[in-house]
Amino acid sequence: MPNRKTLVPFRGTREQEERLRAAIERHRGEPGATMPVMQEAQEIYGYLPEEVQIMIAEGLGVPLTEVYGVSSFYAQFTHNPKGEVQISVCLGTACYVKGSGAILERVCRKTGCKAGEITPDGKFSVDATRCVGACGLAPVMIVNGDVYGRIVPDNVDAIIDGYLDGKK
Amino acid sequence: MNFVRTNILVCGGTGCTSSKSPEIMEEFGRQLKAFGLEKEARVVQTGCFGLCAAGPIVVVYPEGTYYCHVRPEDVKDIVSEHILKGRIVRRLLYSEDKASGTARSLEETDFYKKQKRIVLRNCGVINPEDITEYIAFDGYMALAKVLTEMTPQQVIDEVKASGLRGRGGAGFPTGQKWQYAAGYEGPVKYVCCNADEGDPGAFMDRSVLEGDPHSVIEAMAIAAYAIGSKQGYVYVRAEYPIAVKRLKIAISQAREYGFLGKDIFGTGFEFDMDVRLGAGAFVCGEETALMTSIEGNRGEPRPRPPFPAEKGLFGRPTLLNNVETYANIPWIINNGAAAYAAYGTEKSRGTKVFALGGKITNTGLVEIPMGTPLREVIEDIGGGVPNGKKFKAAQTGGPSGGCIPASLIDTPLDYENMAAIGSIVGSGGLIVMDEDNCMVDIAKFFLEFTRDESCGKCSPCRIGTTRMYEILEKITSGNGTLEDIDTLEELARHINENSLCGLGQTAPKPIISTLTYFRDEYVAHVVDKRCPAGVCKALLSYRILADKCRGCTVCARNCPAGAISGTVKQAHSIDPAKCVKCGVCLEKCKFGAVVRE
Repeated sequence: MPNRKTLVPFRGTREQEERLRAAIERHRGEPGATMPVMQEAQEIYGYLPEEVQIMIAEGLGVPLTEVYGVSSFYAQFTHNPKGEVQISVCLGTACYVKGSGAILERVCRKTGCKAGEITPDGKFSVDATRCVGACGLAPVMIVNGDVYGRIVPDNVDAIIDGYLDGKK
Repeated sequence: MNFVRTNILVCGGTGCTSSKSPEIMEEFGRQLKAFGLEKEARVVQTGCFGLCAAGPIVVVYPEGTYYCHVRPEDVKDIVSEHILKGRIVRRLLYSEDKASGTARSLEETDFYKKQKRIVLRNCGVINPEDITEYIAFDGYMALAKVLTEMTPQQVIDEVKASGLRGRGGAGFPTGQKWQYAAGYEGPVKYVCCNADEGDPGAFMDRSVLEGDPHSVIEAMAIAAYAIGSKQGYVYVRAEYPIAVKRLKIAISQAREYGFLGKDIFGTGFEFDMDVRLGAGAFVCGEETALMTSIEGNRGEPRPRPPFPAEKGLFGRPTLLNNVETYANIPWIINNGAAAYAAYGTEKSRGTKVFALGGKITNTGLVEIPMGTPLREVIEDIGGGVPNGKKFKAAQTGGPSGGCIPASLIDTPLDYENMAAIGSIVGSGGLIVMDEDNCMVDIAKFFLEFTRDESCGKCSPCRIGTTRMYEILEKITSGNGTLEDIDTLEELARHINENSLCGLGQTAPKPIISTLTYFRDEYVAHVVDKRCPAGVCKALLSYRILADKCRGCTVCARNCPAGAISGTVKQAHSIDPAKCVKCGVCLEKCKFGAVVRE
């Protein structure tokens, strides 16, 4: 999955920064603190841009390369922000054999966004995710946290339309 | 305590939660109140019942009535008819029962009848967020027994005698592993639980953590006593939010009740544990990579030896087992090793949970005695392949496993028999495929997965999986040669022999296995430039049969590429240069005039 440096400008607030500093304080000195701090940072900011990685490295007193190394290693950490409408299509095996590849294709066509990317206007982001464990509902797609199971490509447009113009 | 005459169990597993089971619970609360029954009936959120295909599931006790596909708007009927008047709501019964018109209890359905639930004994039975319910089902009795009646060596001997083997995939004898870990002395030792269930399509560990988290906590405390450890870690996927939440609740309740902490049961034994979240890396299911990840680093595996029993987490002696393995332990201690060993085959004792998925009617979790033939799992428990399609193969063990073709459907599911035909038990993912699945495409799917998930530390895996993926890409796009198949086999051997960890060593398995049983499909792609299952796009073309086309224009209106031309009531045609082969025309045509070749 591409995890390139984002081109979207960083818009962190003072309040977010304070929360991150507090999280760093809480974990400082704990063995293996890097990942829990990064997980909290991603929860605060929604992603881990360079600015945030620098704050974590300096806060924990570890090299930035280490923070970057960890953030680029794990699929959960993203260097890119997510769209207003955040779409994930499960590409786990159970979903794949039931045609989630065609679902993803339809999502990409509908949104004009490739998997792992965000549209320049920040409206849509699309991810092809690993198994979410809802294999009984395969194929599964998730939009802004709502799970849609047992869908066919023809359902895609209507589902996404339900999230436009601030409807949900 | 109020007298409650009816318990209404609502599944709170991930699958059912996704299809509105929390709203169903709320609606039950509202309706019971509206009918003045809130003191007579109790609503309980449980873990997964296993039959995810029928979700959301509601079970009403004492009758044991099994309601399927329940929607919030059905709740009023269940309350006003069943709870109030004692009349079963027939339209919501399980399909097998709907036909006969009689309701059976859960245990009598074909799906459950052939199962033996040891690991899943409490899933769908108790409320996982209430420790008293676990205790009522003999919870923490095994821990009390080992702390007050057994020596650490006796515990290890009991686990050895049960014949339990690691359920995470490798199948290493659990008692042996405990013995090794007990053998290394040190001021600090760790007990870890691998809940980084990464095999796409396997979800039994998630289900245990969601439905019965205390069984894992209890087992880890027992293991800690056996090897002499005071601190445990559970490494769990962050993608499993419900499991993480319930596990954390369970740990804090166990502390409150004195099952974790200092001086447990007044015996002076001390043990506590923490939860660490994974961050989405398949390789972290490998034991050394998992420990590197808990230490806060990139989850890259380390060479073994030294094995974790000697030098594991933070360089200390460490015992690591997976969730399902642990969930067996309290049952074994309570019921005895012999009772456990009575299930299964000579070398594969006990039961194994399989996650049935893909093209099968009863998708969900099944726990069966080891050695149950695949046929029974697919045809009896699983209810067969839906839509009248033919069973083609079952993929087991995910990206590290292989497939079992229809010709070997009588293979007993145990470690030895599955290894003999080039597959593995693995973590227990069992994905059923029918005639519409292309085996070359499936091999490519798994190689794309291992290529992405290769940590990059050793070159056989990092470069090898990429090269194999490229060759499969070439074959599925119609540009493959017969030499490519030979190269695939040669690469597979090298990668298997030279990779550092299990991920790389087993990455070629899906290719080797599909080549063994479905070589003709590879040859069809390479020589005839044809995909027999009709999956690989580059090898397909769509055509409209002029004699069947009524000129209704539906295909042309739905074609996203504008590739279909024709006038009303005249036969249409597809421009192959514009066609993107999405298949929409085939789906939409009511007259069977569109064909895929």
